[in-house]
Amino acid sequence: MILRYLIILLILLPIKAFALIEVDITRGNLNPLPVAVSPLSIDEKSKNSFNKILKKKNIGVEIAVIVENNLKQSGLFNPLNKDAFLQKPDIANLKPRFEDWNLIKAQALITGKVTFVDEKLRVEFRLWDVLAGKEMMALAFTTVPSNWRRVGHIITDKVYERLTGENGYFDTRIIYVSEKGPKTNRIKKLAIMDQDGFNNKYLTLGNELVLTPRFSPTNQMVTYLSYFKNLPRVYLLDIETGLQEVVGDFPGMTFAPRFSPDGKKIIMSFAQDGNSDIYTMDLENRIVERITNHPSIDTSPSFSPDGKYITFNSDRSGYQQIYVMNNNGKNVKRISFGNGLYGTPVWSPRGDLIAFTKLHKGKFYIGVMRTDGTGERLLTENFYQEAPSWSPNGRVLIFYRETKTNAKGEGFSAKLWSIDLTGYNEKMVETENDASDPSWSSLLSN
Amino acid sequence: MNLSKILKNGFIILVASLVLTACATQKKTTGQLQGDVYTGSDSVEYLASGVPDRVFFATNEIVLTTASRETLRKQAAWLRKNSDINIVLEGHADERGTREYNLALGERRANSAKDYLMTYGISSNRISVLSYGKERPVDSGSNPLAWSKNRRSVSVKAN
Repeated sequence: MILRYLIILLILLPIKAFALIEVDITRGNLNPLPVAVSPLSIDEKSKNSFNKILKKKNIGVEIAVIVENNLKQSGLFNPLNKDAFLQKPDIANLKPRFEDWNLIKAQALITGKVTFVDEKLRVEFRLWDVLAGKEMMALAFTTVPSNWRRVGHIITDKVYERLTGENGYFDTRIIYVSEKGPKTNRIKKLAIMDQDGFNNKYLTLGNELVLTPRFSPTNQMVTYLSYFKNLPRVYLLDIETGLQEVVGDFPGMTFAPRFSPDGKKIIMSFAQDGNSDIYTMDLENRIVERITNHPSIDTSPSFSPDGKYITFNSDRSGYQQIYVMNNNGKNVKRISFGNGLYGTPVWSPRGDLIAFTKLHKGKFYIGVMRTDGTGERLLTENFYQEAPSWSPNGRVLIFYRETKTNAKGEGFSAKLWSIDLTGYNEKMVETENDASDPSWSSLLSN
Repeated sequence: MNLSKILKNGFIILVASLVLTACATQKKTTGQLQGDVYTGSDSVEYLASGVPDRVFFATNEIVLTTASRETLRKQAAWLRKNSDINIVLEGHADERGTREYNLALGERRANSAKDYLMTYGISSNRISVLSYGKERPVDSGSNPLAWSKNRRSVSVKAN
C-alpha cells in the first residue's frame, strides 16, 4: 500500500567521518545520548505548498518533532530543548557551528531540508558528530507528501542505525485489538497504527469477536482469529484490499495463528474433542500438515527466524510450559524449568532469545530466555500482562496489560506497553481506546 | 473419539471421584466455594425447571465435580425428553491465563461436559462445542470468587 507510493531515492553522500560517538545499547538507558534535532529548513514556497496539501504550517518543524519523539521513546537518546538552539536550521544544515552545539552539550546533531518538488516531498538530512566536528551521514529521498510522518520515521531509523550499529524499528506499524465496553461483553475490533500511535485505523466493525492479529513478516497480510458466525476460525486478511478468507477447512476451532518467517505458511492450533494440536497450512498449495499429536493442549506456536524450529507451549507435563521442536514436529524438548507456568513463547527476530509470559504466585511476568531455556530474565511484573511481540530489530517488546478491578468489578482496562530488552524504558503505548494483542510489523522500508 | 481417549476421560473421572471422596472432609467450603470450585447459584440459569444450565471447574482443571455430574445428568434427562432440542456447550476460562491457552482450556471444559452427556445417551450430533476462553466472563471481579464463576461450561439451547 503506502510502500508502493514510497519512492525512495537514497543518495548516499560520502561517509568519511570516523565514528567517534556511539550509543552503548547493551546497558539500556542509563546515559541517554544528548542529541539536537534541528527543525528541518524549508523555503517559503515549499512551506505554503505543503500547508495547502497537508494542513501543516511548517512541515520541517513537524518532521523534526517526529524524529525527536522517536529518539526519546527509544530511551537511548536525550533530545535537547529547541529553545536553546543558537543556529538557524538552514545555516546549520549547510555547515554547523560546532562550538554552538557543543555549548548546549549536544553530542550529535541532526539537520535537514524539505522541499516541494514535482508534487513530491524531497527531504535531505545530515547527522553530525559535534565533538569531532564531522559529518557522519547524509541522505536524501523523495516520496509523496502524505507520507510525511514516515519521512520522520525513516530519518530516525537511519540515525539509529548509524549510532547504535543495529537496525531501526521506527518505520513500522502495530496491529492490535481495540477494546470497548463492559468486561463481560467487550466489543473488539482489529486496529492498525504507526509505531508511535499515529494514523490509527479500524479494520473491522466490531460485529464479531476478533483476537490475536499477527503481521506477515514479508507483506501486508495479517492472520487473526474471528468468531464470524460464531465459528472461531483463523482468517487471513489483506490489509491493502480488505479481502479476507478462512485459513483451511477445519471441523472445529482454529486459533493462535502466526506466519512462518518467509510468510508462506500459517502455523496455528486446531482444537477437536478437547484436544488442541499444532498444524501448518501452506498458503500457496493449501496443504495442511499436522505438527504435534499429543493429548495435551499444544498452542501459541512461533517459528525461529530461520524457519527450522518451532517454539510453543504445552501442558503435557501437567502444567503450561515452553517447548522447542524441529519444524516437522520431531525432537520435542521442554525448555522452561523455572517455578510457575510459562506461555506465549515468541522467537526473537535475531534468533537468540525467546520472549514469554510467566505466571508465578499470582503475578504475571514478561521475560526472555535463551532458546535452550537458560539465562531466564524477567523484565516486568504485574497483576496481568501477556503476549509479547518483538520489534523487528529484536530490541523492544510490546505486550498488553490488564488492570485488577475493584470489589464492585469496576475499573477494568487493557493497554499496550513496551519495554526494552534490558528491562529499562517501560512505557504505556497510547491508543484511542483500550487495546490488547499487539503485533509489530517488519520495517516498511529498508 | 478413540478408545484410549474414552478410557482416559473415564479414568480421570474415576480418579477425581476418588480424590474428592478422599478429601471431602478436608476440602474447605468457604461460602460459595468448595476448594476453588464455585458451588453457589449466582449467575446460574435454568434450561427447564430444576435443570441448571452450567457446571463449574477448579483452576486449570477440566474434571467434573460430583455436583457438576449431577447437573449434567439432569440436563441429559431433559435432553432425552426433548429430543428436538440441540445444545451448544460454551466453555469458558477465568482471566488468570494466557488468551490462547484459555481458548484451548474452554474447548476442553466444554468437551468434558459433552463426553459426560454422551455417556448418558445424548447423541454427539445434538451437541456442538464453542470455546470463548476468557472473553466472556459473567463476573467482572478480579477475585477468587469471581474467577470461580467464570470457569464454566454453559449449555445453551441451539434451536
